[in-house]
Amino acid sequence: MEIYLILMLVLMILGSIYSLHAKDLLSAVISYGIVGFALVIAFLLLQAPDLAIVQVVVEIITLIIMIAVIKDSTSEELKSKFNPKFYIYFAVVAIFAILFFYIFDRVTGTLSQFGEHFTRMATAYIEGSQETGSANLVTGVIFDFRAYDTLGEATVLFTAVIGVLTILRIKGKKKEK
Amino acid sequence: MKGMTIIVKKITQIMAPIIFLFGIYIIVHGHLTPGGGFAGGVIMAGAFILLILSDGSILSSLRKEESGLEFLESAAIMGFLIIAGIGLLISGTSVFFINFLEKGTVGKLISAGVIPIENIVVGAEVCAAVSTIFIALVVFKDEVSK
Repeated sequence: MEIYLILMLVLMILGSIYSLHAKDLLSAVISYGIVGFALVIAFLLLQAPDLAIVQVVVEIITLIIMIAVIKDSTSEELKSKFNPKFYIYFAVVAIFAILFFYIFDRVTGTLSQFGEHFTRMATAYIEGSQETGSANLVTGVIFDFRAYDTLGEATVLFTAVIGVLTILRIKGKKKEK
Repeated sequence: MKGMTIIVKKITQIMAPIIFLFGIYIIVHGHLTPGGGFAGGVIMAGAFILLILSDGSILSSLRKEESGLEFLESAAIMGFLIIAGIGLLISGTSVFFINFLEKGTVGKLISAGVIPIENIVVGAEVCAAVSTIFIALVVFKDEVSK
């Protein structure tokens, strides 16, 4: 099973590298879809069907919207000239990357052993899930122990819809004049 | 937005109700089988999107659907908060989001207290939100290209 998981991870990395370097934006979006669908299979291999269902449906809808956008605008990537400040930017990025990895290394040294923390939380959830009365453990957790998370998720979605409506309405009105 | 050919239209009209029913099944059985409010809501929105893409639509009817979906979304998130607030008021412990109904036997369709109700409310919210975003994009495109 682990071999299949590694295969999926390699496929995801290849898909994202190709989508960065593709000349055509349509093929970039489609190869980015490889990442999402390989993630679905990875979730199924890791025995998380709840996440797999959500991932496959959301991936399909986002792909439809992205392809519709590319079909209506342009599928050619904008060409940019070579920037003389490229080396300065590269140096800044390199310094920040080294700094980031150094701090990451320092911080992870102070944490408890990998996996220990997770098991402590998961054991509490699994033992408490008998009291929620839900046969599906994931639903029992997200609607009982972590109902605030669900409320936050619903609020984020609500805010996203309001933002989309606000932006699209303003632009539509301006074009009409 | 223009529709597709008659073959695509007819097959979509057969498939879309089945997809919609599957979404309802996923939501209602959220506390028994994998899935739940979020997954089922997105599947239901997928049925709407399929119908709009294949059949095409008129701008005025889209605007009506959009305002209705906005109302549904606001009402659903309000209902979610109301369920949480009822738990706060009714139960003696005054805990937000407490499960104040009877749990019943594990594995039955009507069990787990308020979890199925919360699943349905979240499903309605997600379905309305995703389809509103899609319909808003279609309306924007129709308005600009006019």
